[in-house]
Amino acid sequence: MANTELKSHEPTGPIEERWREHKAHQKLTAPHNRRKYKVIIVGSGLAGGAAAASMGEMGYDVHCFCFQDSPRRAHSIAAQGGINAAKNYPNDGDSVYRLFYDTVKGGDFRSRESNVYRLAELSVNIIDQAVAQGVPFAREYGGLLANRSFGGAQVSRTFYARGQTGQQLLLGAYSALSRQIEAGTVKMYPRHSMQDLIVHDGKARGIVTRNLLNGKVEAHVADVVLLCTGGYGNVFYLSTNAMGSNCTAIWQAHKRGAYMANPCYTQIHPTCIPRSGEYQSKLTLMSESLRNDGRVWVPRNKEDVTKDPGKIPEADRYYYLEEKYGSFGNLVPRDVASRNAKYVCDQGLGVGQEVDGERRAVYLDFKTAIERLGKDTIKERYGNLFEMYERITGDDPYETPMRIYPATHYTMGGLWVDYNLQSTIEGLFVGGEANFSDHGANRLGASALMQGLADGYFVLPFTIGDYLSPYQKTGVDLAKLELDDKPVTDAVKEVEARLEKLANAPDPKHSPDYFHRKLGNIIWQYCGMARTAEGLKTALQEIPKLREQFHREVKVTGTADGFNQTLVKAARVADFLELGELMCLDALHREESCGGHFREEHQTEDGEAKRDDENFQYAAAWEWQGVPSSAALHKEHLEFEYVKPTQRSYK
Amino acid sequence: MKTKNLTLNVWRQRSKSDSGRFEKYVAKDVNEHMSFLEMLDVVNEELLEKGEEPIAFDHDCREGICGMCGLVINGYAHGPQERTTACQLHMRKVFELGWDELWIEPWRATSFPVIKDLAVDRSAFDRIMQAGGYISIRTGSPPDANEMPIGKHVADMAMDAAECIGCGACVAACPNASASLFTSAKVSHLGLLPQGQAEREDRVRKMVGQMDAEGFGSCTNHGECEKACPKGISIDWIARMNREFLKAMVTADNEVEERD
Ligand SMILES: Cc1cc2nc3c(=O)[nH]c(=O)nc-3n(C[C@H](O)[C@H](O)[C@H](O)COP(=O)(O)OP(=O)(O)OC[C@H]3O[C@@H](n4cnc5c(N)ncnc54)[C@H](O)[C@@H]3O)c2cc1C
Ligand code: FES
Repeated sequence: MANTELKSHEPTGPIEERWREHKAHQKLTAPHNRRKYKVIIVGSGLAGGAAAASMGEMGYDVHCFCFQDSPRRAHSIAAQGGINAAKNYPNDGDSVYRLFYDTVKGGDFRSRESNVYRLAELSVNIIDQAVAQGVPFAREYGGLLANRSFGGAQVSRTFYARGQTGQQLLLGAYSALSRQIEAGTVKMYPRHSMQDLIVHDGKARGIVTRNLLNGKVEAHVADVVLLCTGGYGNVFYLSTNAMGSNCTAIWQAHKRGAYMANPCYTQIHPTCIPRSGEYQSKLTLMSESLRNDGRVWVPRNKEDVTKDPGKIPEADRYYYLEEKYGSFGNLVPRDVASRNAKYVCDQGLGVGQEVDGERRAVYLDFKTAIERLGKDTIKERYGNLFEMYERITGDDPYETPMRIYPATHYTMGGLWVDYNLQSTIEGLFVGGEANFSDHGANRLGASALMQGLADGYFVLPFTIGDYLSPYQKTGVDLAKLELDDKPVTDAVKEVEARLEKLANAPDPKHSPDYFHRKLGNIIWQYCGMARTAEGLKTALQEIPKLREQFHREVKVTGTADGFNQTLVKAARVADFLELGELMCLDALHREESCGGHFREEHQTEDGEAKRDDENFQYAAAWEWQGVPSSAALHKEHLEFEYVKPTQRSYK
Repeated sequence: MKTKNLTLNVWRQRSKSDSGRFEKYVAKDVNEHMSFLEMLDVVNEELLEKGEEPIAFDHDCREGICGMCGLVINGYAHGPQERTTACQLHMRKVFELGWDELWIEPWRATSFPVIKDLAVDRSAFDRIMQAGGYISIRTGSPPDANEMPIGKHVADMAMDAAECIGCGACVAACPNASASLFTSAKVSHLGLLPQGQAEREDRVRKMVGQMDAEGFGSCTNHGECEKACPKGISIDWIARMNREFLKAMVTADNEVEERD
């Protein structure tokens, strides 16, 4: 394996001055020249939508793509809880530095300090921008913005709009984007799926898309390409992601030379509604805020797992988080809460519906809180969530405890990017959940919305502008490339052939979902909440076999030249089947536990994640070499000048 | 756990130009905990195994927030449960109603042409938004967010209107296929806030103009939209929009006269 050090291009000097200094030295493009530069942005979520609106407004010729029927439906819309910002409005001692510190620590010392500091610094601008757009954040009676605390933070720095913060922030970005579409600076391509990246002369110069309405495969050529295509959590089949969330854009870019960083860092959210059967198509998140008032427990005795929970006496209830983690109790971080739910279910103490011969759920009980605060207060705090829970499960959480279980929620891994959010392919930039940049091995609550918007509004328009500036060498050096040039027509043909093959497998037997479910089971079992070398090795044998079977037996009806949701699905599953293998390879190579990556061989005596800073204080960036298993590892060593690595402890 | 077999009559239409028809299918062993769309997934897997084309329908988040799903079920846009999208409707509700036979259709409105089967083209909504559904603010240097206090009551009202998910059920439920609920929700959300005042009149004029240009019908106060809306957007916003629109037209006329 190769072992080149990667260059992050981060500035040096005092951390609080790095971004300002960096920006001050960036090259600009005169407004009248910007129109000459064509920018492709794939994705219209918080990251892509914000970048498209901002760059359109700056005068660039922006072309933005999404697979849904409207940019307003990107999965950012589903974020419930809130967005962090170091505004310190409640005057509880918050600061940019503290948010930076919490995020580095929360990421378990596997992120890049300069990026995290910039994120914390930009967080305050996001709130100003959103309010100016008309985002109706929650307010106090005095008319000022309200804050709450979220996800283990000791200050109140989370801004929210009821339980629909992501929706409101996305609609804000979407309205800014709509304004630019009307103004003619952005051309929007909904119902288009990116299938490949065009690299010419070593630079990203365009994309190949499939028009989902008529099946047409087309090329789009540009001066620069930005991917903001979200996370790859659907590699697990079941996750809190939307049904269409996929890894195709980043995976195809990876196969064209962009390194994939830390693919094994995935976040499992502790409070989701459990599976109810084989047919389950996705999992629904219940906001983390519920753990503020809910108590997590399972029966102490196996005989009680099918009993009506109301009839189980206090003494027979095992409040395992409260017992094990005195000071944090039910509020331990996501990874700790998730892992412990898995352990009690592994012991046969899980409750709820039996699926595939197992009960995988724990109780989240509001009885004590209702007694202490009254039903009205609980209703005011969680009314929406309780309603949603009842709609899905048919149970009333005011009367009987909720049943919850962890589910895949977020992927910290993604395409490797430098401080400018540029990948290892020149001219390919990556923003939002699709990159690996700011959360290290674990993401804190309410910080993904922050990152998506910081990237989209405030970072990418400058760093891409710098890249394109005619005063930069790269800007003037771009080779001429037209739609009918061979590299472009070849890329189109390649995609057509790939889709044609999927639509006509030699021995068609099973649906794409059939294979996706199987892949999900493998990844969940071996590369989920707890991982072992042995399990990962098993997965590394099973996945290539499944992939081979998929290409032989996947069944797609209808034709490639029309609206064909089965074909779309098959193409996505094909990519997940490759990415999944790289995840396991990455998880196997990382002989330590950190954040969301828990290797059972590497734990403290108390069963906590045990990092190995001496050997693994780096971001692992993988280079494609023809098949996932032969990917070459490159390392970006991580320095911690400001926040000194310590062992996390929540006891 | 209850399970049941259901008879489905599903609208199948190959393309916009095809005339379309109902096809009958049997959904076997439907389980009460399934969501409505999961029930369709199972039917689709069977169709695929048999070598037939699965039923096309739009969906994405399956959490009732993206607004991508939309089916008319036994005459109800998004099905029979109040304030619930089709993706959040669960089969136990269908069982409770004793429905053994279901009629599943796409949104029906001239301004929402059918793409295939149950999927329709709602791009008209995007164009209404592009006409004026925003506050013109540049990226960068806005004032500090707390510089302008906004009464909690006003902020809450704006949020009530802003909750619209743009699914189009209001249009599908309206006998006139009017898009007034959708348009008025955005006009009101932005028009209530102090930040939205400068463009208030312009906004309502442009958005209503675009709504008419897209061929949506006019509102004659049936109230079906409010009943069908999965987010409970109130019909009061329509009255508010109509008042704003009239006012804006009057000022517009005056402005023209003054210029003359
Ligand atoms: C249920 C849920 C709740 C959450 N709650 C919170 C929260 O409270 N606070 C918080 O900070 N974070 C939260 N998160 C995380 C956060 O919402 C996401 O990480 C973030 O919104 C991702 O934004 P994005 O712009 O990177 O991607 P997305 O919003 O996912 O957008 C992806 C875009 O890329 C497009 N796209 C993808 N693939 C292709 C392709 N192949 N071709 C063309 N277009 C493509 C899509 O159409 C879409 O427009 C939550 C996540 C979930 C799932
Ligand atoms: S699928 Fe998103 S609202 Fe139904």
